[in-house]
Amino acid sequence: MASTTATAVHAPAQAGTGLWSWLTTVDHKRIGALYGVTAFILFLVGGIEATLIRIQLMRPENHFVSPDVYNQLFTMHGTTMIFLAVMPLSASFFNFLVPLMIGARDVAFPRLNAFSYWVFLLGAIFLNLSFVQGGAPNTGWFGYANLTSKAFSPGHGVDFWAVGLQILGIASLAAAFNFIITIINMRAPGMKFLRMPPFVWMTLVTSFLIILAFPVITVALVLLMFDRFTGTNFFVPAAGADPLMWQHLFWLFGHPEVYILILPAMGIISEVLPTFSRKPLFGYPVVVYSGIFIGFLGWGVWSHHMFAVGLGPLADSYFAIATMLIAIPTGVKIFNWLATIWGGQLRFTAAMQFALGFIALFTMGGLSGFMHASPPADLQQTDTYFVVAHIHYVLFGGAIMGIFAGIYYWFPKMTGRLLDERLGTWHFWLQTIGMNLTFFPMHFVGLLGMPRRVYTYPPGMGFDAMNMMSTVGVFIIIASLLFFIVNFLKSVRSGAVAGNDPWGGASLEWAIPSPPPPYNFATIPEVRSLDPLWHPDAREAALRANEHSGPIHMPRNSHWPLVSALGVTLLLAGIVYGWAVGIPGALIMLTGIYSWAFEPAD
Amino acid sequence: MTVAAATAELHPPTSTGLNSRKMLFWAFLGSECMFFGSLIATYLVYRGRDQVGPHPHDILNIPFTSVSAFVLLMSSLTMVLALAAVQRGNARGTKIWLAATALLGMTFIAGQCFEFTHFYYDGLKLQGNLFGATFFVLTGFHGTHVTVGVIWLWSLWTMAMKGKLPQARALDVEIAGLYWHFVDVVWVAIFTLVYLIQ
Amino acid sequence: MRHGRAFARRFAALALAAALPLLAGCTRHDYPQSTFQPRSEFASWVAGLNVMLIVWVIVIFALVQTLLLVAIVRFRARPGAPPPKPVHGHTLLEIAWTIAPAIVLALVAIPTVLIIFRTQGPPPRTDVHVKVVGHQWWWEYQYPELGVTTAGELHLPVGKTAVIDIESADVIHSFWFPAMGGKRDAVPNRTNRIWFTPDSLGEYFGQCVEFCGMSHANMRTRLFVETPEQFAAWVANQKLPPVGGTGAPDTTHAVAAAAAGGVATAQAATLPGGAGAPSGLAAKGRQIFAQSACIGCHTIQGVSAGIVGPNLTHFASRTSFAGALYERTDDNIAKWLQNPPERKPGSLMPNLGLTPDQITALVAYLQSLK
Repeated sequence: MASTTATAVHAPAQAGTGLWSWLTTVDHKRIGALYGVTAFILFLVGGIEATLIRIQLMRPENHFVSPDVYNQLFTMHGTTMIFLAVMPLSASFFNFLVPLMIGARDVAFPRLNAFSYWVFLLGAIFLNLSFVQGGAPNTGWFGYANLTSKAFSPGHGVDFWAVGLQILGIASLAAAFNFIITIINMRAPGMKFLRMPPFVWMTLVTSFLIILAFPVITVALVLLMFDRFTGTNFFVPAAGADPLMWQHLFWLFGHPEVYILILPAMGIISEVLPTFSRKPLFGYPVVVYSGIFIGFLGWGVWSHHMFAVGLGPLADSYFAIATMLIAIPTGVKIFNWLATIWGGQLRFTAAMQFALGFIALFTMGGLSGFMHASPPADLQQTDTYFVVAHIHYVLFGGAIMGIFAGIYYWFPKMTGRLLDERLGTWHFWLQTIGMNLTFFPMHFVGLLGMPRRVYTYPPGMGFDAMNMMSTVGVFIIIASLLFFIVNFLKSVRSGAVAGNDPWGGASLEWAIPSPPPPYNFATIPEVRSLDPLWHPDAREAALRANEHSGPIHMPRNSHWPLVSALGVTLLLAGIVYGWAVGIPGALIMLTGIYSWAFEPAD
Repeated sequence: MTVAAATAELHPPTSTGLNSRKMLFWAFLGSECMFFGSLIATYLVYRGRDQVGPHPHDILNIPFTSVSAFVLLMSSLTMVLALAAVQRGNARGTKIWLAATALLGMTFIAGQCFEFTHFYYDGLKLQGNLFGATFFVLTGFHGTHVTVGVIWLWSLWTMAMKGKLPQARALDVEIAGLYWHFVDVVWVAIFTLVYLIQ
Repeated sequence: MRHGRAFARRFAALALAAALPLLAGCTRHDYPQSTFQPRSEFASWVAGLNVMLIVWVIVIFALVQTLLLVAIVRFRARPGAPPPKPVHGHTLLEIAWTIAPAIVLALVAIPTVLIIFRTQGPPPRTDVHVKVVGHQWWWEYQYPELGVTTAGELHLPVGKTAVIDIESADVIHSFWFPAMGGKRDAVPNRTNRIWFTPDSLGEYFGQCVEFCGMSHANMRTRLFVETPEQFAAWVANQKLPPVGGTGAPDTTHAVAAAAAGGVATAQAATLPGGAGAPSGLAAKGRQIFAQSACIGCHTIQGVSAGIVGPNLTHFASRTSFAGALYERTDDNIAKWLQNPPERKPGSLMPNLGLTPDQITALVAYLQSLK
C-alpha cells in the first residue's frame, strides 16, 4: 500500500473519540453506528411492550394490565417497531454501507445526515415521554379517525403521537433525500446503475418511497392536528366529514411504508446469499427490476387495507388484482434467491442462517398476504389475529431476520471484529423457534375468530392454549436476543480480528480496512464489474482504493445539525407543551439553520 | 495524481454531472407535489359535502383572485429575469429583479390577507364548515410557502446588495427560482381547481 | 459440512413443530367464533374460497421450502471442491417463474372477483331488514319494518335472507358474525349493506372487530337463528309494551332466573331481593328507574325515551346484557349497577351511586321486563 501521511488526511476533528466528537460528527459511519445502537435499544423497548402484551393475553380474562394501558402498549409497540426500530435499523445500514458500496467518502450532505439522526433521536424521546406525561397514545399505530378526535380521545396521547410522527417524518425525509442524491451523484467512476449492489438499489427505491409517501401522512397528521388543536372538523362526522378520508390518506402512505420496511431487508439478503454461496446473485437485473416494480405497485394497492369499509365491488376487485400482481415480483425475487444458492457452496455462518431463515419465514408471510389479497377471504381474516400473524412473519420473519443477517455480515466491517459464530447460531435457532411458536398459532387463533387489539378474551372460545403458546414463544425470543446482546458486547471488545475481507465478499466495502478509515477510500476506486472483488481485473482496480494518491478533503464536524434538530423538535413539541417550549424552539431552530447555512461546508 | 485531480477532489464531479444541491431540490419538490396533492385531494373529496354554508360560489371572488394570480405569474417572469441577470454577472439587474419578484410575492400575500379577512367576515371560518377548513388549510399552506419564498428572496437581495452574490453563486438564485416557480405552479392548480371549477 | 447437515436436521424438526398447532386446531370442536363453520351462503362462498387459497398456499409453501431444504442439504460447502460455476441468470427460468405465479393468481383472481360481485350485489330478496348501529361498546339492532329495537342480541329466521344495513353512532366499529360471513365496518356518515341467509338454527357469537376504544374487547354480540314461527313470536313479544313493574305478583322473574341456569339461580337466591323477592319490588324498581338518571339514556316504552344507551323495553327477553358481555343473572345485573365502568372499562354509563336497596329493586324491575 502507498504511503499514509498524516498531512494527507485533512480531517482534524474526526480523530477525536470524546463525547463532543460524537455530538458533532458528520461521518456516515459514526452516524450509522448511532442509528444502529439507538434503534436497537428502541427495538428492545418495543419488545418489552410486546412482552407485556403477551403476558396480558397469556390466559383469558387476565388482569395483568388495565385495558387503557393495554391499548397504549399495542399502539406504542406498533409505532415503535415501525418508526423507531425497523426504519432506523435500515437507516443504520444505509448510512454505514451506501457510501462504502458505491465508492464514496461520505454521503452527499453529511451535515443533513447528522441532522436526520438527531431529529430521529429527539423525536423518539418525545414520543416516549408520553408514557410519563399523562398516558401514551392509545388509538393504534394506524390512528383511525374519528376515534382520534378530541371527543373520543380527550387525553394528550394522540397529541404526542401526531406530533411525534411529524418529527420522525422530518428525520426520515431528510435522510431519504440524502441517500437519493448520494446514490445518484456520488458513485465511483465505472459504478453504472446496473453495477450497483442490490442493497444500494433497494436503498434507492426505499428512499424514493419515503420522499413520496411521507408527505401524505404529513398532510393527514396536519389535518388531525388542526382538528385537535384548533377545533376544525376534518374528521368530525357531525360536520359532514368522512372518517374514511383518514384511512385513504393513511394507507396511501401506509402501504408504501410496508415496502419501506421490507425492501432494505431484501437488499441485505441479496448481498449475504451470494457471498456465502460463492456465486453471484442469480438474475441481478431481474431482482433489481422486481424491487422497483414492487415500489411502483405499492402505490396502487392501499385500499386492500380497507376491504371491510365498503368500497363497492369494483374498487374491491381492482385493489384485489393489483395486490395479487405484487405477488409476482415478490415470487420472482424468492425464486432468484433460491437459484442463487442452488449449485453454490453454502457456508452456514450466522449471517447465512438468518438469510436462509428470511427466505423460509418471509415466504410464509407472503403467502398469508396472498390469502387476504382476495377480499371475500380477507373479510373473514382482516382485524383478526390472522393478520397479526401475517405482519409478524413479514416484519419479524422478514425485516428483522434480514436485519440480523446484515448485522452478522457487516459487524466485522463496522468494528473490525467478528461476532461469535457459535453464539450466533444459538441466537438464530432460538429466535426462529421462538418466532414460530409465537406467531404461527396466531394464524389459527385468528381464523377461529379472535379479533386483534383486544385486551382480553373470554374462556371457552378455543383461544386459550394457542395464546399460551404465543406467550411462551416470546420468552424464547427474549432468550435468543440475550444471546445476541452477550455476543455483541463480548465481540465488540474481544472478538476475533476480522481483517479487510473475512467472508470473501464481492462488493467494494470489502476492499478497504475494517473498520474503514474516516475517509473510506484513500483513492476513489474505479469499478469495472458488478462484483468488483470477484473478477481478477476488477479486483485489482478496486484494491487500488487503499493507495494514497493525494490530499483527502473531508467535511468538518459541526454542531449546528444537533442545534437545528433540537430547535425543530422543541418547536414541534411546543404544539403539545405550549409557547414556553415552542418559542425557544423556534429561536434555536432559526439560529441553528442560519449558522448551518453560513458555515463553510468543508 | 496531478494537482488538477486534487482540486477535483475538493469539489468532486458528480456521477451525473448535475449539481447535488440542485438535485436535492428537485427531489424536495417531488415530495412537495405529494404534499400539495394530498391537500388538494382532501379539498376535492370534501367539496360539496357541507350541509351549512358558506359554499364556494357564495364567497369566492374570481376577478379579484385572478388579478392576484396574475401578479404571482408575473413574479415568475421577474424571477427568470433575476436568474438571467445573475448568470450574466449583471449585479444591478440581479438586485432589481430579485426585489421585483419579492415585491410581487408580497403583493400576492397582501391580496391573500385581504381575501382571508373578507371571507372571515362573510362567515367562512376555519372551524366552520368543511369548505372553510379545507380552503383555509390548503391556501394557507400555499401562502406560507410564498411567504418563505419572499423571505428567501429578500435574503438573496441582501446578499446581492452586499456584493456577495456574484456570478459564481448563480446556483443559489437558480434554486430559489425553482422553488418560486413551483409555488407558482401550485397556485395555478389551486386557482383552477378551487376557484374556476366550482 | 457437518454443520450443514445439522442445519437441515434442525430445520426439519422446526417444520414439524410448526405443524403441531395445525393438528391441534383440527382435533378440537368448541370454537364458537370459527370461520371454518359457515352457516349461511355468504359464509360458505367465502369459506370455499378460503379453502382453495389454503390449498394453493400449502402447495406453494411446500414447493419453496422443499427447494430451500434441498439446496441447503445438497449444496453445502465441501472442502476441496472446485469453485461453483458463476451463473448470472437464465432468461427462460425468469420467464417461467414470472408466468407460473401469474397463472396461479389468475386462477384465484377469477373466483375472487365472481364472489365479490355475488356477495356485494343486490340481495335475491329481502325477507328481514335489520339496521345495525354500532355504539361504544354495544350493538343496537333495529327492525324498521317490524317496529322493533333491541340491543346486543340479533334474532333472525332460518332460511330467510336478512339484509343488514350497518351504521355507527360514534366511531368506526366492525360488525362480524363469523358463521354468517365476512365482516363489514360501521362507519359514521355511511351505511354499509351486507346480506346473508342463515341456514341452520342455533346461537352464534360475534364481536366488534375494528378497534373502537377502551372496551373494544368487550363489544360482543349474539345471533339467534330461529324457526320462522319462533321468530314471529319473538317479534310479537318485542312489540308489546313492557310487562314489568306493574305491581302484579312477580312470577316471571323467578322463571327467568331459573332459565338462566342453576348456578345463577343459586347466586341470585343469596342476594336480598333475589328469586324470592316480594311482588312489589319490581314496582319500586320502576319508580326508581323513572325518577333517576336512567331515563336520560335508556328507553323503556311508556317510561322513558333515552337513546344513548340500549333500549331496555324487553330487557328480560335477552340472555345477556352490557354488549353481550354478561349473562343476564340477578347477580351480574346487581354488580353492573353497582359500578358499570368497573365491569366494563370506559363504559359511558357512570357509577350512579345506587344504594343496595335501590339496586335490588332495579334488578327486580329489569328482570321483569320480559
